[in-house]
Amino acid sequence: MDGEELTEEETALYDRQIRVWGVDAQKRLSKAHILVSGLNGTAVEFCKNMVLAGVGNLTLMDDRPVTEDVLQSNFLIPPDEAYYSGRSLDELCCESLKDFNPMVRVSIEKGDLSQFDGEFFDKFDAVVVSCCSLKIKKAINEKCRRRPRRVALYAIECRGSCGEIFIDLQNYTYIQKKSDGTAECQLKYPSLEEAISIPWRDLPRKVSKVYFAMRVIERFELSEGRKPGETSISDLPLILRLRKELCDAQSLSESHVPVSLLERMLAAGGKEHPPVCATLGGVLGQEVIKAISGKGDPLKNFFFFDTADGKGIIEDISNSSTS
Amino acid sequence: MASGSQLEAIKGAKVLMVGAGGIGCELLKTLALSGFQDIHIIDMDTIEVSNLNRQFLFRQCHVGQSKAKVARDAVLKFRPHINITPYHANVKDPEFNVEFFKQFNVVLNGLDNLDARRHVNRLCLAAEVPLVESGTTGFLGQVTVHVKGKTECYECQPKPTPKTYPVCTITSTPSKFVHCIVWAKDLLFAKLFGDKNQENDLNVRSNDGTNLTAPTEDVFERRTDEDPEQYARKIYDHVFGYNIEIALANEETWKNRNKPRPLYVRDVLPDNLIQQNGSLENCVTEESVVSSMLSLGLKNPQDIWSLSENSRIFLEALRLFIEKRQKDVGNLTFDKDDQLAVEFVTAAANIRASSFGISLHSLFEAKGIAGNIVHAVATTNAIIAGLIVIEAIKILQGDFENCRMTYCLEHPSRKMLLMPVQPFEANKSCYVCSETPLILEINTRTSKLRDFVEKIAKNKLGMNSPMIMHGSTLIFEAGDDLEEDVAANYALNIDKALAELPAPVTSGTVLTVEDLRQELSCNINIKHREEFDEEKEPDGLVLVGWIAPTQKDTRLVSNGESTSTAHPAVTEMVENSDEVGIAPAKPGTKRKLSEMSEITDNVHDITPRSSRDVNDQVNPQEVEDDNDDVDDDIVILDENPETRKKKRLQ
Repeated sequence: MDGEELTEEETALYDRQIRVWGVDAQKRLSKAHILVSGLNGTAVEFCKNMVLAGVGNLTLMDDRPVTEDVLQSNFLIPPDEAYYSGRSLDELCCESLKDFNPMVRVSIEKGDLSQFDGEFFDKFDAVVVSCCSLKIKKAINEKCRRRPRRVALYAIECRGSCGEIFIDLQNYTYIQKKSDGTAECQLKYPSLEEAISIPWRDLPRKVSKVYFAMRVIERFELSEGRKPGETSISDLPLILRLRKELCDAQSLSESHVPVSLLERMLAAGGKEHPPVCATLGGVLGQEVIKAISGKGDPLKNFFFFDTADGKGIIEDISNSSTS
Repeated sequence: MASGSQLEAIKGAKVLMVGAGGIGCELLKTLALSGFQDIHIIDMDTIEVSNLNRQFLFRQCHVGQSKAKVARDAVLKFRPHINITPYHANVKDPEFNVEFFKQFNVVLNGLDNLDARRHVNRLCLAAEVPLVESGTTGFLGQVTVHVKGKTECYECQPKPTPKTYPVCTITSTPSKFVHCIVWAKDLLFAKLFGDKNQENDLNVRSNDGTNLTAPTEDVFERRTDEDPEQYARKIYDHVFGYNIEIALANEETWKNRNKPRPLYVRDVLPDNLIQQNGSLENCVTEESVVSSMLSLGLKNPQDIWSLSENSRIFLEALRLFIEKRQKDVGNLTFDKDDQLAVEFVTAAANIRASSFGISLHSLFEAKGIAGNIVHAVATTNAIIAGLIVIEAIKILQGDFENCRMTYCLEHPSRKMLLMPVQPFEANKSCYVCSETPLILEINTRTSKLRDFVEKIAKNKLGMNSPMIMHGSTLIFEAGDDLEEDVAANYALNIDKALAELPAPVTSGTVLTVEDLRQELSCNINIKHREEFDEEKEPDGLVLVGWIAPTQKDTRLVSNGESTSTAHPAVTEMVENSDEVGIAPAKPGTKRKLSEMSEITDNVHDITPRSSRDVNDQVNPQEVEDDNDDVDDDIVILDENPETRKKKRLQ
């Protein structure tokens, strides 16, 4: 990639990572613009990773006030009420992130992302959403997909000791490194709507159980009009009824959605487990860097992490027609 | 959020973190967020600019300050009420003894070198404190758990040592750029700017080993009245011209090799350019950084310079060392953060490469190879830190059954990017955590006690203050606080051959080597041997006994080409030379398996393997559960791809 060279300052700061992904990738990163909507612990970890990596622009959106739950997984905000009260989460995170790397422009955007015009998304290379309902995620995903230039979408969900990342790179072409040279590789990603509409029986055998559990709880929150994470262990009876309904409709054994897993997710409620945030935020950061730089095999299209077994699993959940 | 019982275990825990670097910063943050209240952190390093891309607790204004202290202050900003005790010190210092280690419930390593890792491993074994060990390089990482009596210790598997090259490859027949770098750094740079008393193989040797170029007058010695410019040209012509001509005279060497081309300043640089070199002198003002690139107007460290540019850099850098760094000359060792040294080594390596028909490299690349710089990114460190905390919590809850070692891969293996495997059992022949004796083959008539102390006790066994006993006779101990007569006695013996010591060490002798601080003691059976292969056994000794004699020394991969690293030259340097030892599976017992790879952050002496290799060589077996609601399946590594068998672990 031609164009301006990295400055001496950039070369010195990014030395160790340029040795990982090369100068071209570093230049592409420094031109990229990323939007993060919803600042949970995982999103904050991700933001830190992108600012350190030297992304060009990072825009934050989350106008929630600071609460106890927010603070427990956030290392950007000092727990000093005099400092944070009356200020929104994005303002506070923005201020702190700016300090990490003066070469990155960090800004905030106010408003309701799901109501924004499609054109708003044009300036972004990637959009990361969390802390919102399935409905809003789908709506944002659709807007991204309708843009003339690709706007990649990443959706994160973190429930206690379990986490999920969904990725939509639409049509993605990249050069795959192989032992005997390189090959052009094309991937076709389904939208979130398409992916989760795939009948459960058609999914890959032994697909991660976290996938099913996430869908059950997500459906529950949607039908009850709850905010994400607004659940507790007392919801278990209703959740189990929903599990039965969904499994029956999809003719899948209920054993694929273990009670113990649902319990763990519900008990956490809106609280996140910081080691899970660090791990998911790291994987997500790596994926976004891959997609922006065009280097490395991107993950398609779900990633699951569960501390109970310690596995970080990639699942390709796409129709034969879309894959 | 951690569950109730987890929180209880976390709150009551006292943990020791060793290392506040790439992994350390992430780890300290995640520990604090997870609710840990009492964290001690040791790191001897100060902050550098190249740390800032991932060690996110540090800012530009902290450069030069203690990592441990700055990390503490940064974390207290978001968790003001927890206790963090920093130590700006070396973990190998005597204050961090077994008693010190005993106060902790778990030790978490985020280290960058093998020496310190081994030291911490021994202290953890002696203090019986569980250890979580970790390492990253690029997108690869690993977390392992070591609990005495339950799992292997960190040293149960032999660790790779830095790659060494046969002397004649470096001095006479380089075939890769890395050989040119080693020559430029360890021979030429050391000869010109380092300690004059060091032995140096710089000059070409003939096949009978005599030094052909040993001149009556040492060309490398600069006469006090000698013009630096003239001196630099003389050195150039000598090492790139004259020495190559001498080497060419030895026809035998070049029968099956491409002949190198002698290079002289007069051919490479037309007269006008040489003069320009001199005339540019005025441009060099009193800059804080002395740089030949700066004075020659070469800006981009990514550019590959031509032969003439390299030659100009070489002459200019050499001149600058003499004129601006005179006080350093004579006691320099190569430092990757010394700009002028990197420029000189890059240029010298490239000129040599050019002479031998090897492709040239940029300063950026050369610096990476010469400085053994291991690439590092924030994301992998964050992931690894998360995994360390997860293991630490299990240990604190006493849930050793569920502890895992986890690999962070670049390319998924059986759908897994994060692959947990069951910890390995202890190696029964490990000289560190078992009492198995070692066998040392050595020429007892020519090897001195000093060789034994330095090469075996300190280097191979990783002891800091070794004590050596022959039966009940103490023949050596290290330390500054010895009685005068004792010290004099050791001084008398240290340069004696082993067989000539007052208590002679010969075939059949059993020596006991002990380090009291590490509470490590091992017996070494001595076997006298006359001859050693100079290229294969350059140390002139062979120490065996790491791996059980029943084990086959199976090399699964030779680590030829690695495709997963962005930087082939660096890969070459960090390539693994370790072997993967495999124990035969005994029926009815859990299999003891080899470690796949050793991965480290900022490491200088350990060498990772690419994840592609990992995928190729190990065969992670997912345990098949007939019954889909069993949620406790784990992965074990099967050593033999041919005998893939499903095995159920409960």
